[in-house]
Amino acid sequence: MDNLNKPKILLMGLRRSGKSSIQKVVFQKMSPHETLFLESSVKVAKHDVNNNSFVQFSIWDFPGQLGPDEFDAVSVFGEAGSIVFIIDAQDDTQEAEGKLVETVNMAFEINPELVFEVFIHKVDGLSEENKIDLHRTLRQRVSDELTQLGKSSSALHITFHLTSIYDHSIFEAFSKVIQKLIPQYPTLESLLDMYISNSRVEKAFLFDVLSKIYIATDSSPVDNATYELCSDMIDVVIDISSIYGVKNEDGCLPPADDSGAGGMGQPAGTYFPCDNETSSIIKLSTNTVLYLRQVNRFLAMVCLLKEENFDKFGLINYNFQMFRQAIQDVFNAKAKQGAN
Amino acid sequence: MKKKILLMGKSGSGKTSMRSIIFASYLARDTMRLGPTLGMENSHVRFMGSLVLNLWDCGGQDAFMLNYFESQRESIFRNCSVLIYVFDIDSNETEKDLEYFQSCLDAIMQNSKDCKIFCLIHKFDLVPEENRESLFQERAKHLIEMGHPLKITCFRTSIWDETLFAAWSKIVYALVPNVQVLEKKLTKLASIIQSDEIVLFEKSTFLVISHATTTKHNDVHRFEKISNIIKQFKLSCSKTQAQFSSLMVRNTHFVAHIRQFTENTYILLVMDGTIPSAATLMNVEVARHAFEKIQ
Repeated sequence: MDNLNKPKILLMGLRRSGKSSIQKVVFQKMSPHETLFLESSVKVAKHDVNNNSFVQFSIWDFPGQLGPDEFDAVSVFGEAGSIVFIIDAQDDTQEAEGKLVETVNMAFEINPELVFEVFIHKVDGLSEENKIDLHRTLRQRVSDELTQLGKSSSALHITFHLTSIYDHSIFEAFSKVIQKLIPQYPTLESLLDMYISNSRVEKAFLFDVLSKIYIATDSSPVDNATYELCSDMIDVVIDISSIYGVKNEDGCLPPADDSGAGGMGQPAGTYFPCDNETSSIIKLSTNTVLYLRQVNRFLAMVCLLKEENFDKFGLINYNFQMFRQAIQDVFNAKAKQGAN
Repeated sequence: MKKKILLMGKSGSGKTSMRSIIFASYLARDTMRLGPTLGMENSHVRFMGSLVLNLWDCGGQDAFMLNYFESQRESIFRNCSVLIYVFDIDSNETEKDLEYFQSCLDAIMQNSKDCKIFCLIHKFDLVPEENRESLFQERAKHLIEMGHPLKITCFRTSIWDETLFAAWSKIVYALVPNVQVLEKKLTKLASIIQSDEIVLFEKSTFLVISHATTTKHNDVHRFEKISNIIKQFKLSCSKTQAQFSSLMVRNTHFVAHIRQFTENTYILLVMDGTIPSAATLMNVEVARHAFEKIQ
């Protein structure tokens, strides 16, 4: 059955902590400012994300005031892949910490395989120092409380992230959440490692172009600035392609689609401007080149390399074709496995 | 060549924010940090090499406004090439706003009759999308009537989308010398190199100076969208201490190149991908000299 194969991500947290806003900004292309107009959620909103072969999961957005006795905890926690708990950093965090501990406790009893990701959210107003302090304090306090309840924090998988919908941090955090749910991740990472060492590329990301979450990267450490630059490059490519790269059957360009090219609900192919031939080269003054190639309908590889290494274009292109074929093979293997 | 531009409007309407985004590479959200402008802030911006825009950002608090119309009247309103008056669509003092605007119009009539007048009705992001066009038309009509016999051009703007670039592109277009010559040459170039479209942007503000289109395109807002897209990306690059130098984007239907053209401009070339890029880019290189001469 299809549903069993799709991991479930549960978005939980107190009222007004930002759950629905996060979901809409990351997966439904809502602009962060528009989230101010969102009303409080009253019931569980389930959203399926089917962007590509690897990014397939179900997000369950729980309204903040839903108590643990108001839903079927056993089946919900039992089938979930990870719980993303949102804590509003601009508010007093005590109540949120309490709810977090309570939720973790209960969920862990039902499903010890669950992964917990805590987003310390709305940190756009805080200074670097405050952010680090908050991260450390919360981590310590939660760990202490859980130990008191008899749950050692080493047995639990809890990771803390600092996030905000007003910058890239929410996308980065969600990238990490999703990567843990992709069983093929080690394969994808190795493929990227092979690609970058053979093409003299410094860093490569495999992005889901619709959500701008990266589902894999090579094993070298991720530098935030590089990730942000690559993510911004995707915006440029999509935006320019939406203007000049979309053609109707009669060969004319259709009028501007202000609702945003290729929203999640639309059937693939109407206005989504990226096709298999999509590619882009951006040269920067620091002798750095950003290179984007479409891998398949919704996956793109973005890599960063030095301009002097970009001259062997034939080699880079050939390696990319190999890489693309390998990804296709991984996908086919997954599809076969799913059919059995 | 120096051109004096007056930026006026009530306190908090968004004048300094706009100026910072267009001329000082601020991101929209950085403008939240700006405080009220006290008195007048004068800045000189070099545009297109030979043009110097002398921006008079006039703080809009009541005390200052009254001064402008009385003791400083002549020195402020004399020799103006452009008056940009900013209205805040969210204002609850529309009567007062219009009174000040009328005073400006009177002062301009007396001191700089040839001045071009632009009204920017700003902060339209606060209006629900379905109401924007009708509300704008209603306000614009009233302002144009007020201004008679002076000609007034109105725009609706927001710092959160491309409408800001659309308005300011039109404003500076009115000031750039030789702009018609530029357009003619650009049209000729477009047909020679068989590109669908060529757009010329000013180097640092990325405002559109001129364009030549050989293939019809239905999106009338595409130029300001591109200004916005590239400006944003330039700011992203600067976070890593790098500067954007050139760009190519393609898919099955098109290929677009953006790169520096003359000393003060960047060029966008859009083609259908059947002609090899290298050939086109070489032709553009050769054409560059002809364009350098115009400025």
